[in-house]
Amino acid sequence: MGKFIRIKKGFNINLAGKAAPKVSSLEHADTFAIKPTDFNGMYLPKVLVKEGDSVKAGTPIYHDKRHSDVVHVAPVSGEIVEIKRGEKRKLLEIRILADKQIEHVNFKKYSVSEITNLSAEDAKKAMLQSGVWPNIIQRPFGVIADPSGKPKAIHISAFDTHPLAPDYSVIFKGQDQYFQTGLDVLKKFTSGSVHLNVHTTSEISSVFSQAQGVELNKFSGPHPAGCVGVQIHHIDPINKGDVVWTVSPFGVIQIGKLFLNGIHDASRTIALVGSEVKEPQYFKTYTGVSIKNLTEGKLTNDHVRVISGNVLTGTSIGKDGYVGYFDNYVTVIPEGDYYEFLGWITPTVKKVSFHRAFGLLSFLAPNKEHKVDSNTHGEPRAFVQTGVFERVTPMDILPTYLLKSIMAEDIDEMEELGIYEVVEEDLALCEFVDVSKHNVQQIIRQGIELLQNS
Amino acid sequence: MKFIRKQFDSLKPHFEKGGKWEKFYYAYEAFDTFAFSPNTVNEVKGSQIRDAIDLKRLMMTVIIAMVPCLLFGIWNVGHQHFLAIGNPGAALGDKIWVGLVQVVPIIVVSYAVGLGVEFIFATIRRHPVNEGYLVTGMLIPLVMPPDIPLWQVALATIFAVIIGKEAFGGTGMNVLNVALTARAFLYFAYPSDISGDVWTYLGDATPVAGFSGATPLSIGAASLSSGENVVNSLNHFGAGWADGIFSFSNLFLGAMPGCIGETSVLMCLIGALILIVTGVGSWKIIVSVFAGTYLAGLGMNLIGANEFMLMPAAYHLVIGGLAFGAVFMATDPVTASQTETGKWIYGFMIGVLTVIIRVFNPAYPEGVMLAILLMNVFAPLIDYYVVRANKKRRLQRATV
Repeated sequence: MGKFIRIKKGFNINLAGKAAPKVSSLEHADTFAIKPTDFNGMYLPKVLVKEGDSVKAGTPIYHDKRHSDVVHVAPVSGEIVEIKRGEKRKLLEIRILADKQIEHVNFKKYSVSEITNLSAEDAKKAMLQSGVWPNIIQRPFGVIADPSGKPKAIHISAFDTHPLAPDYSVIFKGQDQYFQTGLDVLKKFTSGSVHLNVHTTSEISSVFSQAQGVELNKFSGPHPAGCVGVQIHHIDPINKGDVVWTVSPFGVIQIGKLFLNGIHDASRTIALVGSEVKEPQYFKTYTGVSIKNLTEGKLTNDHVRVISGNVLTGTSIGKDGYVGYFDNYVTVIPEGDYYEFLGWITPTVKKVSFHRAFGLLSFLAPNKEHKVDSNTHGEPRAFVQTGVFERVTPMDILPTYLLKSIMAEDIDEMEELGIYEVVEEDLALCEFVDVSKHNVQQIIRQGIELLQNS
Repeated sequence: MKFIRKQFDSLKPHFEKGGKWEKFYYAYEAFDTFAFSPNTVNEVKGSQIRDAIDLKRLMMTVIIAMVPCLLFGIWNVGHQHFLAIGNPGAALGDKIWVGLVQVVPIIVVSYAVGLGVEFIFATIRRHPVNEGYLVTGMLIPLVMPPDIPLWQVALATIFAVIIGKEAFGGTGMNVLNVALTARAFLYFAYPSDISGDVWTYLGDATPVAGFSGATPLSIGAASLSSGENVVNSLNHFGAGWADGIFSFSNLFLGAMPGCIGETSVLMCLIGALILIVTGVGSWKIIVSVFAGTYLAGLGMNLIGANEFMLMPAAYHLVIGGLAFGAVFMATDPVTASQTETGKWIYGFMIGVLTVIIRVFNPAYPEGVMLAILLMNVFAPLIDYYVVRANKKRRLQRATV
């Protein structure tokens, strides 16, 4: 049924600070936040609560003015303590001081047979009003799915190949039933297949291996094999006019919990990883947890960069930020704001590199775990095409030409070169390996926004 | 180190916006980043870590790959000098000394003039000084004859950097290989100084009886009128003062007259190995240039209309600057074909054109220079078709 796809191009960045398979609960977490900035293509979020309001887990907090049916809800119950805005009153985050005991808004519960007979329209309504809809991402563009859209397929990547990614069999342990229910609901939205994509080398969690009613595709090879965009390209590529949905396993489970338990359940397992974490491990908490609560007393030093997500696509959120909506892990690495004498020529085994240019010796010890800081290791320069982008892009796409067409704002050219098939994370490795230090992911997003607004 | 850093830090404010030397910021930046990798960190969103590579290191790797050619070239200039004046047994140190005296000034002029132009342009045009010239500045001396007048080196460098590169928008935008532009400029502007008997440095000494400054390429071209077998002529060349100088094995090793850095195929292959192992140079281009040359040589053998055509194809690989051009010039990432499929076509065509120019156009014996410049011009066209094929695949998929 499913396909077997061998990814050859790519690169695994082997970092120090992998999480041990130990799950603790985070007792003292008190503040949480939801951030409209976690979602691409958010036009103008309209806040539905005031500071001082008390909310339950599942109470609507805001919606985008252009999509008033897609509400974003509180992950926990408690009091709205701050609505933080930035320049030009841009909504940055809404902070909630959580109750000790989380109370949920009660939505309708369904039995397994009811779910089987449920229409897509009713399922959609339930998902929209309970705030689990933003889990569904639409390609092209990588934005929250348009509820009226008809996807030609739904893709779920059941593994993460990013550096220090958590083990899905740990964070989704025991969620088999919810995952299956989520799949059953999602299936109603597409006339095509639901693709569940797993990796061959790691042990596949029963959550995924036992899943029914899906196309189980197997992938092998290095990062970016785990990026759903790369998987779609190999299974059933996106052409002009196509709409495809992608959902993370967490999203599928959250949808399953909504239908089986009748609540918006934002509890999740988050890994705290990276070379600057004393004991990298997993914590049970909720979406949008405060970094302060998560990292207190767990870091080896103060001069660090705290990243919501991974080191390739994540966001540096500072020491008092909040974990992003889609992120299962927080990575802490050293901040790299230092000068290095003749750093451009000194031979080194310590710095990790995809290249083998003079003095870059990390390729000699591929299994060594590296401690990598946030230094740019060089300054921006003009594009010099060395063919290296092609070696980390396992798709029939010409990254340099695509990027140049975006810089030239040539929309026809962008379309022809395959911009519909990519979002930032699919080409994040290009940004890492780039000799000229371009912000490849920013350029990709600019291109996508140009398309959306054209 | 802290002391040096402090000096930079105390100077920096003067070059930044509002400082008194604001105009020269990019000149300052060039020195600062040369001494110290900058302390810049990655942006808030996006890749939080970066590969340890930068353009400087990439360029430095190419320079390191050229070092074997350079060292051999220095020795060879001296060696040829003593051969020509009838003293082949001169001490190694003397040969190297003669070579150094000839070669070092050319390198100094090339770097000083080229970097000077780069800094002036960086200041006027407000863009960073690009590291590309580190490589170009070494390539230019290696493709010069050993007794080229220094003012010609300077002139050629200025022409190449301004017309060949800056006019197109600087490094990364140029169509033609900069070092070859310099060489081509001299070739057409001062033909008497870069062709004929210029390949051996004589100085004030008188050459030995029977000395000839001919090169294998000119012998090949001469066979067209004389009708003598090229291999025979090569093997008998140098009788009496430099026996076997043009034997196949010596053509490969490179102890013969020619440009400073390009005579030794062996040294070029060592350079190629460095470029390929480090992944800095495209092995596809290097391999396809050699393949194109060899196959075109075989093709010529089949036609066999004259003696030059009948020269065994393998000789094409070891005479002239083919190996040097294939390894160091054709692989220039800016002017070569940029698509992986395109690189095969680009390299192969360079090889084929080299042989065609050599054999059919005796006015320009050094075919590889013109072949690479010509293919530099055609590289965007090759890429255009490769990219179009990619677009077509995407379109066909959509309509199926």
